[in-house]
Amino acid sequence: MSIDKDTVAKIANLARIEVSEKELESTVGELNNILDWVEQLSEVDTDGVEAMTSVVEASLPRREDKVTDGGYRDSVLKNAPQAEHGFFAVPKVIE
Amino acid sequence: MTELTKFTLSEARNALHKGDISSRELTEAHLNAMEDAKELNCFVAVTAEKAMEMADNADAMIKAGNAKGMTGIPIGMKDLYCTKGVHSQTCSHILDGFKPEYESTVSQNLWDDGAVMLGKTNMDEFAMGSSNENSYYGPVKNPWRAAGSDKDTVPGGSSGGSAAAVAADIAIATTGTDTGGSIRQPASFAGLVGLKPTYGRCSRWGMIAFASSLDQAGPLTKTVRDAAIMMESMAGYDPKDSTSINIPVPNYEAALKGDIRGLKVGVPSEYRVDGMPQEIENLWQKGIDWLKDAGAEIVDISLPHTKYALPTYYIVAPAECSSNLARYDGVKYGLRVAGSSLDDMYKKTRAAGFGDEVKRRILIGTYVLSAGYYDAYYLKAQKVRTLIANDFKAAYEKCDVILTPTAPSAAFALGDKVDDPLAMYLNDVFTVPASLAGLPGISVPAGLSAEGLPLGLQLLGQAFGEEQLLNVADVLETAAGFKHKPAKWWGDAS
Repeated sequence: MSIDKDTVAKIANLARIEVSEKELESTVGELNNILDWVEQLSEVDTDGVEAMTSVVEASLPRREDKVTDGGYRDSVLKNAPQAEHGFFAVPKVIE
Repeated sequence: MTELTKFTLSEARNALHKGDISSRELTEAHLNAMEDAKELNCFVAVTAEKAMEMADNADAMIKAGNAKGMTGIPIGMKDLYCTKGVHSQTCSHILDGFKPEYESTVSQNLWDDGAVMLGKTNMDEFAMGSSNENSYYGPVKNPWRAAGSDKDTVPGGSSGGSAAAVAADIAIATTGTDTGGSIRQPASFAGLVGLKPTYGRCSRWGMIAFASSLDQAGPLTKTVRDAAIMMESMAGYDPKDSTSINIPVPNYEAALKGDIRGLKVGVPSEYRVDGMPQEIENLWQKGIDWLKDAGAEIVDISLPHTKYALPTYYIVAPAECSSNLARYDGVKYGLRVAGSSLDDMYKKTRAAGFGDEVKRRILIGTYVLSAGYYDAYYLKAQKVRTLIANDFKAAYEKCDVILTPTAPSAAFALGDKVDDPLAMYLNDVFTVPASLAGLPGISVPAGLSAEGLPLGLQLLGQAFGEEQLLNVADVLETAAGFKHKPAKWWGDAS
């Protein structure tokens, strides 16, 4: 399954990374090299094999559903490139 | 003062506990050595003032009779760990200026035991790389050079700064993180011990995530004993990480009994890969002989899916990375590049903030998770991953630990593989399988290449079998008797 320029442009858009026309060219080659290489997995018979969902055999711990921590608004906002009135500020999204 | 930087962690601990030295003088000596070794580029942030303050606290702890193994020991923290109010950027441009408001559990565990932070160590951006050439802060130089050569070599990656710092005697020990070999491969390249514990042994809380089902914290040290001491401090259950396991942390140092008689050491035939250099093959054979001489029984084992581990890893890890790194959007922290709309701001910020390798992996990950390809790539890889884990389970029916080389080569020259992602990925051929299975592994320095560069051997253990693993590693270390140090060429070379 080799991919073309349009596919890379589509993936880049999904990943929200701006890619220039020139970068697109070289990226197509690089990604195809990697995808060709991982293609060898298709020769492995995985019929009836369960996909791994947990690396160690343990069930997730449970706890009571109540608030035990939080309320750090100022700390959370401290590293924001732009914060206003206790909120993250972003470019205008509604006209 | 130079003698103080030659101490191993256990030697320094003993001297501190006896009152022969203070943490203040030990820390000062290492800060001076760091200043002298600036051209190695091991540290991306130096916390000298904080270090002296922590050293004084450690000295007070010792005086009060509350000393622990790590008390007063000056260490470097990989830039991947969140340290409160201190540079924590996984050496990425996208986290510019980020100073966490909280402390990672692993670093907090170390500070609670009185360890001293010298600074944050350089690394491949987001831990993606095997040479430390993918750092926004520039490459790290390995203190080791081929005999008679003045060409720089890479320290391995992604914990390259952590490895080079210990090899150059500017930190007694450092923390690393290992996703597919990022502790063990640099340890091999720098003549050190590097331990990746079982997945779930350390809390990942406050570790900047790359691939969450693979990432684990671990130490890089001068000796196996040092690794045992430091591991005990770093490990432990943490309710803030649902994948950390609630079992007691043993006294790892007490596990170093020096006796491995009757133990079964597995040697997997599939690790004899095509094109493996003869000297690596020879070293592996030496390792087998050493353990046999110490009374272990050598068992031939088979891990049939070994050759599929790397391609599996290069689907699973990018998939998790594309998801984890979605949080870097120019809104919550770090870099923001202005755009004409919110979407445009995201795209411009991520284009400017991520390096080439990180972008490559995000794109691969996005592709293998996208509609129509998920089953063919991601689901398939997770199934093969089950088969790889089953291989190990079957092998451990026949043996207790497994012995392999750590890496397929010694440290290579800076710039040699930087343009060939696939060649770079092959560095992790021996370390990735255990990562996929969540198993612990340790690299022990075992010899020098023909060129005079260090080579490591890797021991793999069973889940939460760190005690046994460290015990065997200790025996291997003694048998190998690796005492070499890099010849000093940096700084004030006298």
